[in-house]
Amino acid sequence: MELVSPGIGLIFWMTLAFGLLLFILGKFVWPPVMRGLHDREQAIEQALHEADKARKEMQDLRFSNEQLLREAKDERDALLRDARKVRETIIEGARVKANEEANRIIENATERIQFEKMAAITDLKNQIANLSIEIAEKVLGEELSNPEKDKDIVRKSIGGITLN
Amino acid sequence: MRTFLLSITFLLGSFWAVSSNHAIEETGQPKHETTSHSEEFNAGNMIIDHIVDSHDWHIASFGHTHFTIPLPIILIDEGQLMVFSSAKFHHAEESYKGYKIETDRKAGKGKIVKVIPGTMETDKTASRPIDLSITKTVIGIFITFIVLLIVFFQVAAAYKRNAGHAPKGLQSLLEPLILFVRDDIAEPSIGKHYKKFMPFLLTLFFFIFFSNLIGLFPFFPGGANVTGNISVTLVLAVFTFAITTFIGNRSYWLHIFNPPGVPWWLKFPLPLLPLIELAGVFIKPFVLMVRLFANITAGHIIVLGFVSLIFIFANMNPALGYGVSPVSILFSVFISLLELLVAFIQAYVFTMLSALYFGMATEEHEHSTEKSH
Repeated sequence: MELVSPGIGLIFWMTLAFGLLLFILGKFVWPPVMRGLHDREQAIEQALHEADKARKEMQDLRFSNEQLLREAKDERDALLRDARKVRETIIEGARVKANEEANRIIENATERIQFEKMAAITDLKNQIANLSIEIAEKVLGEELSNPEKDKDIVRKSIGGITLN
Repeated sequence: MRTFLLSITFLLGSFWAVSSNHAIEETGQPKHETTSHSEEFNAGNMIIDHIVDSHDWHIASFGHTHFTIPLPIILIDEGQLMVFSSAKFHHAEESYKGYKIETDRKAGKGKIVKVIPGTMETDKTASRPIDLSITKTVIGIFITFIVLLIVFFQVAAAYKRNAGHAPKGLQSLLEPLILFVRDDIAEPSIGKHYKKFMPFLLTLFFFIFFSNLIGLFPFFPGGANVTGNISVTLVLAVFTFAITTFIGNRSYWLHIFNPPGVPWWLKFPLPLLPLIELAGVFIKPFVLMVRLFANITAGHIIVLGFVSLIFIFANMNPALGYGVSPVSILFSVFISLLELLVAFIQAYVFTMLSALYFGMATEEHEHSTEKSH
């Protein structure tokens, strides 16, 4: 049966042709084709990956922007709060200081007044003593033999009087 | 998807294998009743003459005028090389240099044999010359060869030119097929080492696919029944067999000669299973060879059969012939369209199975887990 009996000539030519085809295509055609496909796939994959990364970075950036904004706001609030506090402390401190100063001035004044008062009193006492002697001289009509001794007597008697 | 394609293929394949057997048997019988030079149309002879190889390329006949392209005859006989044109045989009616084309179907019609000097009788005692002629099928192979080279050199150039860009023109037409071979045939069947088999699988796929398509084209330079010739499919199967055998690793051969996970009495004293496995090594490429040959030949036989119907009916009555022709042509067209599908499926199946065999031969087995089931 010719249909199913292989012929030597055809086998020879087929082996030659197919072997040659395999060699030529395998050497010059399939490597660039496979490399081209592989490279393109790689490039597409990389592009997709990079797009994904960029998107993620964008998101991160937006997120960090928001974070930054929020932080700035917080910081501003904190600064304002601090400033207010500082102002209050300063005012409070000033008030305390002013109070102290006032108190000190008042005290000084009081002390001074007391001192002046004492001086005035002493002066007054001396005046009274002199007046008293003069009055007594006039009353007696004569000068006392020893005015110094009299003055002492009067001074002693006045010293017994407290004016306060 | 793949199992679906495979089942369709096997279904169609078995159907056509059966029909082709019928056709061949039917052709055998009426032949004895009619003489070889009878005017009566013999569908069987016509079909067989169309699908087998021949030493000239018959284009058309008008009455007794045959338009054929004579092809070179190359013979090696007793160490002597002879090259001459097949036109010297005058359509197998004359002998030349003591050779003739056998016309008797029983003695192997179409083969080149020696004649008894001075007569046209076949010299049955003489040895047959080694026939390396460029026959119709060889020309068909060369046509496929040239078409493949032209097409794929352009595609390869396009890949270099369009590096990193979208495919264009011929490149975008063939890229889905290349990707199909890579992603749906090679990678799932072979695994991670698939890359080194890609040149063979791609060449195999496109050779079969293009040969099938060119074979479907009914006029010169198409129509040579390349993949429907057993010698061609034999060579393709031998390539697959040789590669499988050559690359087979230790575990592949171990699985053949000492299959793990089977009872010992299947291997000793009678090595039943190793014998079956060893037979399988040869049966696999044999089946590859027969499947492609039978499918393509059967397709051609059916198309020619439907065309023959016109002439069979016309022999009874010319009017009947005209009446039948629309139906016949319609069926021929339908079968031809089906053959377009088969052209692809057979290329797919041959490549797929080759890839599977390579996968089996290079698979790394885990023996510890293999024994457990």
